[in-house]
Amino acid sequence: MNGLLVVIEQALRATGEALFLLAAAAWECRLAPLHLPKILAQMAEIGAATLPITAMISLFIGGVLSLQTGDALADFGIQGTLGGIVGVSMVKELGPVMTAILLTGRVGSAMAAEIGAMSVYQEIDALKTMNISPVRFLVMPRLLSTVVVLPVLVIYSDVVGWIGGGVVSAVNHRINIPFRIYMRNLTDVVDFDDVVNGLIKAMVFGIIIATTCCYVGLGTKGGPREVGQSVTKAVVFSFVLILIFDYIVTRVLFL
Amino acid sequence: MGLFTPRRPPAATDAGARYHESTPVGIDIHGLRRRYGDKPVLNGVELVVPPGQTLVIIGGSGQGKSVLLRHIIGLETPDEGTIMVGGLASTDPAMRARYRVAMIFQSSALFNSMTVGENVGLWLVEHRVFPSRREVDAVVQERLAMVGLEGTASLMPSTLSGGMKKRVAIARALAMNPDLILYDEPTSELDPLVSDTISQVIVDLKARLHLTSLIVSHDLRMAFAIADRIAMIHEGRIIADGSPEAIRADPNPIVQRFIANQNPAPQQPHRP
Repeated sequence: MNGLLVVIEQALRATGEALFLLAAAAWECRLAPLHLPKILAQMAEIGAATLPITAMISLFIGGVLSLQTGDALADFGIQGTLGGIVGVSMVKELGPVMTAILLTGRVGSAMAAEIGAMSVYQEIDALKTMNISPVRFLVMPRLLSTVVVLPVLVIYSDVVGWIGGGVVSAVNHRINIPFRIYMRNLTDVVDFDDVVNGLIKAMVFGIIIATTCCYVGLGTKGGPREVGQSVTKAVVFSFVLILIFDYIVTRVLFL
Repeated sequence: MGLFTPRRPPAATDAGARYHESTPVGIDIHGLRRRYGDKPVLNGVELVVPPGQTLVIIGGSGQGKSVLLRHIIGLETPDEGTIMVGGLASTDPAMRARYRVAMIFQSSALFNSMTVGENVGLWLVEHRVFPSRREVDAVVQERLAMVGLEGTASLMPSTLSGGMKKRVAIARALAMNPDLILYDEPTSELDPLVSDTISQVIVDLKARLHLTSLIVSHDLRMAFAIADRIAMIHEGRIIADGSPEAIRADPNPIVQRFIANQNPAPQQPHRP
């Protein structure tokens, strides 16, 4: 019983501290114009690191979605609606969630490792002794970059996923829908609000990834082994929070 | 000093005007106590360092030397007691706003993703001390020259030796034009030749800048070479305090044992 209380207390404390970190980083965003080169460098790094793998994964997600759904629809002779189903699924759910999970693994883990190593090797202490806020110097640029870049990556993922689905629907002999018909149905069904809601999800996931990974990194103590543990912890927490908030945001925005 | 305390960097003109004014500050520590869990690390430290003095704190590993430094610079908050830097509490943000306190860490704590020049100029850039990059670069070059590392500004820290990293860390501290400078084991993990180089750098800076310097070390050779005054910490208390000569002659057996262990009697060559 005592063990459970300790775990609950630790979880509540960590949540409070992470929210406090988020609030402090959001407050520091007012100074973003002064730190533009650092923020742009972060954006370029995040985008460049994730773009190729996002393209590859989205192409196959769209393709698989089209293959499985198209096959089922073909049984009823309504495969003409496939474009809309793939389009909405990508925009509302698969695009934001898969890209966020990808970003966590590719960029969030690097954030936790870099900041964790800086904590362990006294670089964070060095910043504090120079009266440089670690939140302003390290967390704010990462938060801002992730929140801006993730929606851009999601748009890219959506488009590539649509194309993947369209190609499969055209070449698969059982589905056999021309790309033009697939895209017409997609554009008829997917409306602007769906895209915007998907982008809102992406921004929420961006906040979760940056806050969680920076928070875990800043709290790292010990040595290289603890840096490794922090990376694992940051990635797992981010995944769990992304899925929890996926439900919450979906409930609020779509239903 | 809170991790999450947002601070707006001062306007370039204010900071630039104040940059060249450096006033050595004194330190007053009274009844400083700090425990980590059940373990008392600082047990009532009493220490006064006048402005401009170079004090070396010696002592064995785990006696509280580095923890004392971290308290002085405000990285830790004491359980009991006071630490005043230039008349202001070390944990008071006003102290950090008024005085520039620099610290050289045992690990050097250089930012590995930045060049040597970017490391040295970081404080100047982040606090917008000068309006132009040219002035920052000039200060960086000057500080690197002061520690004998001309022409290294474009190198990455990972390509430097341990001794060079320590000197870059000193140059980074000097770029703040500090009122007080703290060194945490500046010669640890260095061979005697490199240790001598670092000691010489500290001696030169002392002669040129007349800074208040507080150096934590277990290296007696360096301590006797650079100190105006030496204090020995043992089990979280200052047990001896005086000039280097007074420390050599101190009758306290713990002090004498520490000195003897650091300077073993020369051994006779073995003759069969």
